[in-house]
Amino acid sequence: MTSRAFAAAMVALFAAVALLFSAMPETMAQQVTPTASSVQEDELLRALQTGENVSGRVSIPDRQAGELIKPDNKGWADLSQGTLQTFAVGILVVALIGLALFYFIRGRIALEGGFSGRSILRFGWFERLAHWMLASTFIVLALTGLNLVIGRAVILPIVGENAFGTLSSWGKIAHNYLAWPFMISLAIVFVLWIVHNIPGRIDLEWIKQGGGFMKKGVHPPAKKFNAGQKIVFWCVVLGGAAMSYTGVMLLFPHLAGTGADWQFYQVVHAVVAGLLSAVILGHIYIGTLGMEGAFDAMGKGEVDENWAEQHHSLWAREVKSAAVSPAKSDEAIAPAE
Amino acid sequence: MARMKFLCDADRCIECNACVTACKNEHEVPWGINRRRVVTINDGLPGERSVSMACMHCTDAPCAAVCPVNCFYTTDDGVVLHSKETCIGCGYCFYACPFGAPQYPRVSNFGTRGKMDKCTYCSGGPEADMTQAEYIQYGTNRLAEGKLPLCAEMCSTKALLAGDGDIIADIYRERVVTRGYGSGAWGWRTAYGETIQA
Repeated sequence: MTSRAFAAAMVALFAAVALLFSAMPETMAQQVTPTASSVQEDELLRALQTGENVSGRVSIPDRQAGELIKPDNKGWADLSQGTLQTFAVGILVVALIGLALFYFIRGRIALEGGFSGRSILRFGWFERLAHWMLASTFIVLALTGLNLVIGRAVILPIVGENAFGTLSSWGKIAHNYLAWPFMISLAIVFVLWIVHNIPGRIDLEWIKQGGGFMKKGVHPPAKKFNAGQKIVFWCVVLGGAAMSYTGVMLLFPHLAGTGADWQFYQVVHAVVAGLLSAVILGHIYIGTLGMEGAFDAMGKGEVDENWAEQHHSLWAREVKSAAVSPAKSDEAIAPAE
Repeated sequence: MARMKFLCDADRCIECNACVTACKNEHEVPWGINRRRVVTINDGLPGERSVSMACMHCTDAPCAAVCPVNCFYTTDDGVVLHSKETCIGCGYCFYACPFGAPQYPRVSNFGTRGKMDKCTYCSGGPEADMTQAEYIQYGTNRLAEGKLPLCAEMCSTKALLAGDGDIIADIYRERVVTRGYGSGAWGWRTAYGETIQA
């Protein structure tokens, strides 16, 4: 190569490099300052709809871990600790005060004319077994559930942290396992008693007369189950079904779906538990303390004839007339079995 | 007293997952549990960012609020810890946590979860500091040794910062001012009710 040609080539090279450098700052600024396109946390949070999370990709094999920020979880935490707790405590306190007032004003509903000494079979052994299986599991479930709501404020300060931890972990095991016999006995009770719990015209009359709760000597006619008992039956069946369904969802979170779904089931579980417990408190009251002779129905299975005539007049007549004609007696005495 | 916090500068994080690995190894965290994870937002798109996330040790921690047995406590350094002796593995804290921090070994029947495990800010649990009992349940207690959490200490790009909230906020603010951009102190608004304005 001649020296002239070399010089020309060098000039061209320098010119090219100079040109490149003069153009550089702008392009470089565009390449390494990704401000314009980078994700901003604030923007993402603002754009979120209710129930949405800031999420992305993770390399660990747990897709749930891709949820980076779930702001709504704090909402559930507040709800569960604030409103739901107040609701659960409130409804139980209201129910207990109501029952106490009723007891002091109305007193125990006495058996008019005393016990006759003759008794009628009201619930056979299988009905009582199903009832007490449902009742005993419900009481344990209700108490262990209530422990999760208020135990921390009420029991923990008394027994101390370690004892309360042990107690609650046993409570959790009891709650998880006794749920199954509860559901089984709920199904049995439903099948056994649905025949007697179809609402009818006679129930309107019973409700109109306030079930005879308000006035002494008033006894509206009723079949095997009066309207009040029918209400308890349907509360237990529907409430129990809701508790069972939401409970299974809470127990198996992968069935529940997303975290928000699980939280929804938890709220339903807590609300229905409060309502059902209040209903059951009333049921326990009237079956024991509130009414003379009532406990025998589920205790011994046999009730006094006077009691049957006062509280379930139509049923008592039915049973008695069946007893007169012995041919029919078997199916009439224990119609549910 | 310092108020310990984590801050992940997503504009520096290169998703190397060294923090995840360091944490698992340091505390011998059981299989299936990740106290820390790296999430990539807008993966594969322009402006994607990776964020290393663990327990943020919230102010007014929602996990502590919902715990039925009150097993959480906040240390003088603002670190949220819990007692595995008291924990009943109910899972409520998982549904209360905005960051997915609580983890459970899935070993029991009926989907029950076992004792909860989460980031301890490398500061153990209620057992006596630097004992074997503490190590088995919660991992090492680096804070008691005068060290900061290992995930942040060994972050190769110094994206993950651990330390007093005011100091790391200053560092982050200075970076944002110097380089002219920042995608935000991820999780701070949710965890502490405040964010860092540069």
